[in-house]
Amino acid sequence: MTALSGSTQPVLEVTGIHKQFPGVKALADAGLRLYPGEVHTLMGQNGAGKSTLIKVLTGVYQPDGGSIVLDGQAIRPRSTQEAQALGISTVYQEVNLCPNLSVAENIFIGRYPRRFGMVDWRAMRRQAAELLQRLQVGIDVGKPLATYPLAIQQMVAIARALHTDARVLILDEPTSSLDEAEVQTLFGVLRRLRAEGMAILFVTHFLEQTYAISDRITVMRNGEREGEYACAGLSRLALVNKMIGAPADADEDGTEAQAGEEREQGEVFLRARGIARKGALQPVDLALHRGELLGLAGLLGSGRTETARLLFGADRADAGSVEVEGRRVRLANPRDAIAQGIGFCSEDRKHEGAILPLSVRENMILALQARQGIWRAIPMRRQQQLASDYVKWLGIKTASIETPIGSLSGGNQQKVLLARWLATEPGLLILDEPTRGIDVRAKQEIMDYVSALCRKGMSILFISSELPEVLRVSDRMLVMRDRQACGAYRRGELDETSVLGAIAGESAGEGNKDTAKDTAKEGA
Amino acid sequence: MSAIASGARGLSAAPWFTSLVTVILLVVMLGIGGAAYPGFLSMQVGFNLLIDNAFLLVVAIGMGFVILSGGIDLSVGAVLALSTMLTAWLLQNAHWHPAAVILAVLLLGAMFGGAMGLIIHLFKLQPFIVTLAGMFLARGLCYLVSVESITIDQPFFVAVSQTQIPFLGGFLSPGAVIALVALLLAVWLAHFTAFGRAVYAVGGNEQSAAMMGLNVGATRVGVYALSGLCAALGGVLFSFYMLSGYGLHGQGLELDAIAAVVIGGTLLSGGYGYIAGALSGVLVLGAIQTLIAFDGTLSSWWTKIVIGGLLFVFCVVQRIMGGRAK
Amino acid sequence: MNTRVDPGLTKPEGAVAPAAWRSLLLQHPLLRPAAALLVLLVLDALLVPGFFRLEIKDGHLYGPLVDILNRAAPLMLAALGMTLVIATRGIDISVGAVVALSGTVAAMLIGGTMVVNNGVPEYVANTPMGTALAAAFGVALLCGLWNGVLVAGIKLQPIVATLILMVAGRGLAQLLTDGQIVTVYYQPYFFLGSGYLFGLPFALYVVAAVLAATLLLVKKTALGLFIQAVGINPVAARLAGLRTATLIVFVYVFCSACAGLAGLLVTSNIKSADANNAGLLLELDAILAVTLGGTSLAGGKFSLAGSMIGALIIQTLTWTIYSLGVPPEVNMVVKAVVVFIVCISQSGEFRALLKRRSA
Repeated sequence: MTALSGSTQPVLEVTGIHKQFPGVKALADAGLRLYPGEVHTLMGQNGAGKSTLIKVLTGVYQPDGGSIVLDGQAIRPRSTQEAQALGISTVYQEVNLCPNLSVAENIFIGRYPRRFGMVDWRAMRRQAAELLQRLQVGIDVGKPLATYPLAIQQMVAIARALHTDARVLILDEPTSSLDEAEVQTLFGVLRRLRAEGMAILFVTHFLEQTYAISDRITVMRNGEREGEYACAGLSRLALVNKMIGAPADADEDGTEAQAGEEREQGEVFLRARGIARKGALQPVDLALHRGELLGLAGLLGSGRTETARLLFGADRADAGSVEVEGRRVRLANPRDAIAQGIGFCSEDRKHEGAILPLSVRENMILALQARQGIWRAIPMRRQQQLASDYVKWLGIKTASIETPIGSLSGGNQQKVLLARWLATEPGLLILDEPTRGIDVRAKQEIMDYVSALCRKGMSILFISSELPEVLRVSDRMLVMRDRQACGAYRRGELDETSVLGAIAGESAGEGNKDTAKDTAKEGA
Repeated sequence: MSAIASGARGLSAAPWFTSLVTVILLVVMLGIGGAAYPGFLSMQVGFNLLIDNAFLLVVAIGMGFVILSGGIDLSVGAVLALSTMLTAWLLQNAHWHPAAVILAVLLLGAMFGGAMGLIIHLFKLQPFIVTLAGMFLARGLCYLVSVESITIDQPFFVAVSQTQIPFLGGFLSPGAVIALVALLLAVWLAHFTAFGRAVYAVGGNEQSAAMMGLNVGATRVGVYALSGLCAALGGVLFSFYMLSGYGLHGQGLELDAIAAVVIGGTLLSGGYGYIAGALSGVLVLGAIQTLIAFDGTLSSWWTKIVIGGLLFVFCVVQRIMGGRAK
Repeated sequence: MNTRVDPGLTKPEGAVAPAAWRSLLLQHPLLRPAAALLVLLVLDALLVPGFFRLEIKDGHLYGPLVDILNRAAPLMLAALGMTLVIATRGIDISVGAVVALSGTVAAMLIGGTMVVNNGVPEYVANTPMGTALAAAFGVALLCGLWNGVLVAGIKLQPIVATLILMVAGRGLAQLLTDGQIVTVYYQPYFFLGSGYLFGLPFALYVVAAVLAATLLLVKKTALGLFIQAVGINPVAARLAGLRTATLIVFVYVFCSACAGLAGLLVTSNIKSADANNAGLLLELDAILAVTLGGTSLAGGKFSLAGSMIGALIIQTLTWTIYSLGVPPEVNMVVKAVVVFIVCISQSGEFRALLKRRSA
């Protein structure tokens, strides 16, 4: 396959990478091919393995198997310094420079121009300005890096990468905090570098940007390389389908996508009007009835978690109002939300949910105890009873209820955290990616349990990147894109293609038109 | 309105902002003193400030480097005492040549600090507990050498202690001159050498510094060795000043040094500030003491309270500015 | 990963086989500090004649063991308070200053003026003792509140926040006494630190009462669990609905309260308040006691009993060195070496090093 620049040899060829963590298989047969003079985008949802693969390439992790070949040489970088020395330069979302130092200094750390053994500041500033000119960025290189916005800081990071004679430039989610104009500036720089023959690996979850800049796309899903495509020939709908749609071989699941019983819904439990947060979410309206499962679908960065956090009081809303059971309530912190009967299972299990050294029992009763306060301690017998009951009902595999939660597998940890919120008997339970990184069996068990809860009258807000999963269980669905709501569907209207279209930002009709054209071309 | 706000933000984000505040504070204090008390604004009063606090300036320089790198060193007072004790003992009891004594003491101070830095780096321990233990160790070793103070009457030291170097119409002690020279060297080290820049980088963002290929471990060991060296040098200056070695010397000095560095404009979180700030910080501390002494009505105990108050204000301001910058 | 079993928080159910008992014992987190204390006591028994001798003199128990316990009382109180602060991943280096401050306030308020009563000279307190004690305790609480607000509200680093009080607090105490030692002449006040109840020093009862109250608070209410949660993962704790800010303020208030009580014991023991030297370096001893007792400086699980043992180890060490005629300065060197050993052995890097060696 010839790349766009005309050269036939990939500068970086990654094949068959495996990476296992305790209880989680992060990468299974992952790989990609990067040619000089191209912008190659790596796409996939959280948990797909993008960041793990990047960490393998940059020497943070060592793979359990597979090969990395750079310029024909097999390499195995064991540290970030080594990866850099080999020619793989990375610019991260958080930039990873020293904000207190000047722009010029950040570019030259470790490689200062010297005069009589001393740091030559004048030469440093001159050379830094020249490097930045190459990227058509003209700034005062003597000022501290922190005085410049993130977009400029990224340019500085790129300039530093250029100075090290990088062979491969990896940009890991560089645009998440940039505004439109800054994104265009960055893309201008990338196009210039591409013209000079640089091989650029661009990691992002933003669809529009992918189509604006990419030559080729590698899609990752569940730790594997789903496929490698030329950007021009892949419609948005097809791309989204590959990332989160029904797997090609799951025909049975496809037909069952709309099965699932009709549930009786009660009156409105929670109604949110126009809740918004500056920089994170545009005004969103939603309502949840008793016994209803509302699915929230969309790609990463679409505002799903932000919505959930506002409803739980984890973040404070700048605008809008929330009513619970008809009463207006103020959700300024999680305590307020819990008092109103709302529970929240965060998507970041490890950092926002599990308290790893504490036991299964202690993790389970924590929210319930927090609501009761310090003085009314739950008697030990009741704690043990509660914990044993949930272990049984949720099928949690643990040596005992006193085992530290850290030694349980991901799926079982998730079940313990689920039990934590179930113990508070909430009216609304918000589940953010509850099945991510969990084995298939545990996934099924959790989903079945969640459906059963709805039947008993609990409202559930269910966020997931796996579309078939959401489609199967939701009574209604809200689709989000670019930090705002962009579509609402009822059970009868739940059809994967149209939902995918809403997520992708194009209707099914358009997508079909493109493929029709291609088929026509191939036939000619 | 927004232009003013962004201008103010730009100003406050400049690294020299907090140091500028200190200099302004110093000028204000001198102004108040000069207005309230006749004779306050004489050159010699200022020089005396430097003479009396030369050792603190040197220690604050070392502490400044450590704090810039994001750490803290609670052992400097004890190392200073140990240096005075070793100096006195080597001079009086072992009869070494003064040059050899000074060299040996400086070397030992650097090694002591370096060892602490090594432990902090190798075992990833918190600096405050390691240097706390170092403080215990140094003071204990001090008393092991001698429980009572050892008076120094070695001719060279006595001569140095009495020398007055004419300077700009007044006079300075050799100790003060050494301290100023040390300050100049320190500024050069911080600004013109790779080591100095590495200290700033590690203090600014240690992870990024490591990812950019800087040897964080060597920097850490170096910075604590430098602090130990400065504490030892401070001890030598103190021996010139007090002509004795004693285990109780430098009690609470670490707090004074930290206060001087923070008030001098360096952020306790690391990465921001100037070594020269140590001078303005020490001068502010000295000015407080002098003001209180000149006043006569205020008990000298107010010094500690005022220093604590200043520390509070500077820390809170640093915190607020740090929060906004992020 | 070690399965740490804190005997207070969980109860192993049912009958346990003998082999399991042995492993339970060996894995118990209190094993190392208790063993260290035992070694010290044995050493003392061998080196100091009559170490374990107890006799009744003047109607109360008398002997080296009693002496050690009595002297350890202020440190035990300080270590108690410090344990909870360290458990929340914080630190409080101002306890020494609080000891000085509270003792000074009490001493100055009580003092003691001579009054001749029917031809018999007697000392009366300048302020009723109850009021004076309450005032001193109140000052300590205010100090704790100050620290807590700085850490939880302004979000200063704990070492920075408590550094401020460490400098200013002692200065305040010195200001109040003008650097002079304030002698207390009022008899009943001495009972706190030098009095005896049923043959045992009253100070021990104070410590026992505070220990019992704290244990009750930590085990019978949810406080222990909440403190651990906040120390291990404050983000998750907040999302679970815990009042993290209130908890943090509370532990600093508690720590200063304990320090205040210790200050009262100290001044009542030496019958005077010395603002310059009271509680000097106490914070370091307290931190050392907590670390020796097994609580990690990184926060999370804590052991009150361990801190008590740690305080006893330190006091026994001091006493041993003194009794053996070794210069007391050696004490500092020994403490330093112990801190190094304990911290290094607790560090993850060291454990990884051991694992690699044994593998």
